[in-house]
Amino acid sequence: MGTIQLKGVEKWFGDLQVIKGIDLRIEEGEFVVFVGPSGCGKSTLLRMISGLEDCSRGTIEIDGQDVTDKLPSERELSMVFQSYALYPHMTVGENIGFALKTAGMSKSDIRDRVEQAAQVLELTDYLDRRPKALSGGQRQRVAIGRAIVREPKAFLFDEPLSNLDAALRVQMRFEISKLHDDLKSSMIYVTHDQVEAMTLADKIVVLKGGEIMQVGSPRELYEHPQNLFVAQFIGSPKMNVLAANSLKGAALADGVTHVGIRPEHLELVAEQDAHIEGDIEFVEYLGADTFLYLRTGAGDQVLVRSLSEQTFPRGERVFLRMKDGKSHSFGENGQRV
Amino acid sequence: MSDTTQNGPMLAADGTTLKRSLARSLRREKTRALLLISPLLFFVFLSFIVPIVSMLFRSVENSIVQDTLPETVVALQSWDAQSGELPDEDVYAAFVRDMLVAIDEKTHTRLGSRLNYEETGMSSMFRRSGRQIKRLDPVEDAPFKDKLIEIHDGWGEVQTWAVIKTHSVQYTDGYFLNAIDMQRTVDGPAVQPENKQILIQLFWRTLQMSLIITGFCILLGYPVAWILANLPMRTANLLMILVLLPFWTSLLVRTSAWKVMLQQQGVINDVLVWLGMVDDAARLIIINNQIGTIIAMTHILLPFMILPMYSVMQTIPPTYLRAAKSLGASNWTAFWRVYFPQSVPGIGAGSILVFILAIGYYITPEIVGGTKGVFISNRIAYHISSSLNWGLAAALGTILLAAVLILYWAYDKIVGIDNVKLGG
Ligand SMILES: Nc1ncnc2c1ncn2[C@@H]1O[C@H](COP(=O)(O)OP(=O)(O)OP(=O)(O)O)[C@@H](O)[C@H]1O
Ligand SMILES: [Mg+2]
Repeated sequence: MGTIQLKGVEKWFGDLQVIKGIDLRIEEGEFVVFVGPSGCGKSTLLRMISGLEDCSRGTIEIDGQDVTDKLPSERELSMVFQSYALYPHMTVGENIGFALKTAGMSKSDIRDRVEQAAQVLELTDYLDRRPKALSGGQRQRVAIGRAIVREPKAFLFDEPLSNLDAALRVQMRFEISKLHDDLKSSMIYVTHDQVEAMTLADKIVVLKGGEIMQVGSPRELYEHPQNLFVAQFIGSPKMNVLAANSLKGAALADGVTHVGIRPEHLELVAEQDAHIEGDIEFVEYLGADTFLYLRTGAGDQVLVRSLSEQTFPRGERVFLRMKDGKSHSFGENGQRV
Repeated sequence: MSDTTQNGPMLAADGTTLKRSLARSLRREKTRALLLISPLLFFVFLSFIVPIVSMLFRSVENSIVQDTLPETVVALQSWDAQSGELPDEDVYAAFVRDMLVAIDEKTHTRLGSRLNYEETGMSSMFRRSGRQIKRLDPVEDAPFKDKLIEIHDGWGEVQTWAVIKTHSVQYTDGYFLNAIDMQRTVDGPAVQPENKQILIQLFWRTLQMSLIITGFCILLGYPVAWILANLPMRTANLLMILVLLPFWTSLLVRTSAWKVMLQQQGVINDVLVWLGMVDDAARLIIINNQIGTIIAMTHILLPFMILPMYSVMQTIPPTYLRAAKSLGASNWTAFWRVYFPQSVPGIGAGSILVFILAIGYYITPEIVGGTKGVFISNRIAYHISSSLNWGLAAALGTILLAAVLILYWAYDKIVGIDNVKLGG
């Protein structure tokens, strides 16, 4: 139950190709997150899976069955929208029970299922209210409730948390993760927030311009980015990327043009051991950590994360060394070497 | 801060208390706002409120009998109209005295016309008698009873005096009674004779046909509004022009066009005959009756239905339908359970607009309605411009106004007026 397979899926809007041949397999019970910059086609891909947008080319299979030409209602998936899309003319209870009523379930069954879902989502006290009278987080939970009562083969979330404030987002993130543990059904989750992606996903799919850049677990993506785009997209703060020829005394393979190093993998050393040197431009003190923004002689900006025990005056020259085995080398085409 | 609390209230720069100076500046602001809108207020008052109030007043006002025949009215008080006997000489003498004054001021014909609404023949009776009464002398020519009866038989009929007596009140319910096919008599309100009962039927027809027209507008307008709201912007704008096009053509032109279309020798009949769907000898009669009025008015009022519907539908996010479909709803269920309920405020607004416009429509029924397809407003126009019975016209108008208000109130009770949206 709940494997989804995409084979060579493409989407054209007239002459504009938005999805450029996607092959992807989503295993049963997996939590897959699509990330990528705005406009890269995440929502379009999700809508194609749900059936709301048809495929220009390629096939989509759910549980081994070709559903490419099936209507959304026949795919047994549930989608949660960024805008929640709660129906203002129905109460919370009616909203949650919408799919069940549509499926022709008896009233008492609907009530049981709705109450059960409401309990899970802590909405029991709000069942008779209209969506208008709910907070953003509660609305989001109703939207999720509406999706889960159906017991679909998989859930599709399109940036469900992007309308919430930071604190609520953290809480809802936690709740969605818990929900996934409870329901154990496949979930596809679209976001452009990489923290959400890292914390929720079993598997992250990084998209750019309608193409998959890399698929892998959060750890794989963080530790072994396959290309410069993924290297810079995943991880906060961003990975430093320096031209290979600006590094002193680092042993690099042939064909390496760029070297990436995460801020926490740089250490302050004496001048003779250094790979990089630069002047401190700016210091960000965050309590446990301090971020140093350096400007190298070549004009690149380098970010260093260091412990806060030491203080650094602005303008001071510092010397940095990449920790062994922590740097990432990329060739001319941006691929990992 | 602690200073001010000890030394009394806070002071503004010029030494007055802050509270007073705030109140003063607020007042000044309000006055300025009022001055700005005063031309409009004045205009609305003069051109809208005053005419309506004067119309309401005219529907009950009836001082003409008392003003023209003051002594007669007093003298008639002691006369019992039900006795079946003519009033005595007192009344006739008072009448002649009143008439002499009235003839002098040329108001007796006006009174004649007024009484003619109640009893046909009164107008000519007053006009003709007037010429002869003028020659009488109020003192020397007494007694007058026989002389008057000689001048005109009408003065020898009990009915004449009964009419004068019943309509001698300052404020009358007579016009309203007339408006609902009743009349004021000496025995109190009574039903009009059958051949004069047309108004209730006309009210009823107006109501029925307005409802039918509103219904047709909903049926035809809903799909159009839906298409408009779901097309890409550019195409929608083009279509919108087609919807609005009728607004740019004179109402009279559009209605006349329907006349050309609907006549027995008109375009529609010609086409049907040519197609062989209708026999040449049995051409459809679709004008100068209710069908004609319904067709033409549905067309003319359709934009008033489409526009509010469209603006409401435009605000329904497409994700609602998508969400419904992704939750397993078929296209029809998604429409019926999600889209339609949200478009109801648009239907409500359009219906109220169309219905209220229809109920008071005048030109179109006048041109294409014949006798069977006219509305109450045509009757009002008739009383205003032909029969000159303004009191009755005012009473009919007042009833129409009340009917609309009652319907509006009922709508509010049933659907809720906050459920009416013109968009947004
Ligand atoms: N109906 C359409 N017609 C033409 N182009 C479209 C259409 N829908 C989407 N696009 C284009 O397809 C691309 C991908 O859109 P999509 O909504 O999938 O982006 P996204 O990755 O979800 O972005 P975001 O993070 O901002 O939501 C965009 O460049 C968009 O302009
Ligand atoms: Mg999107």
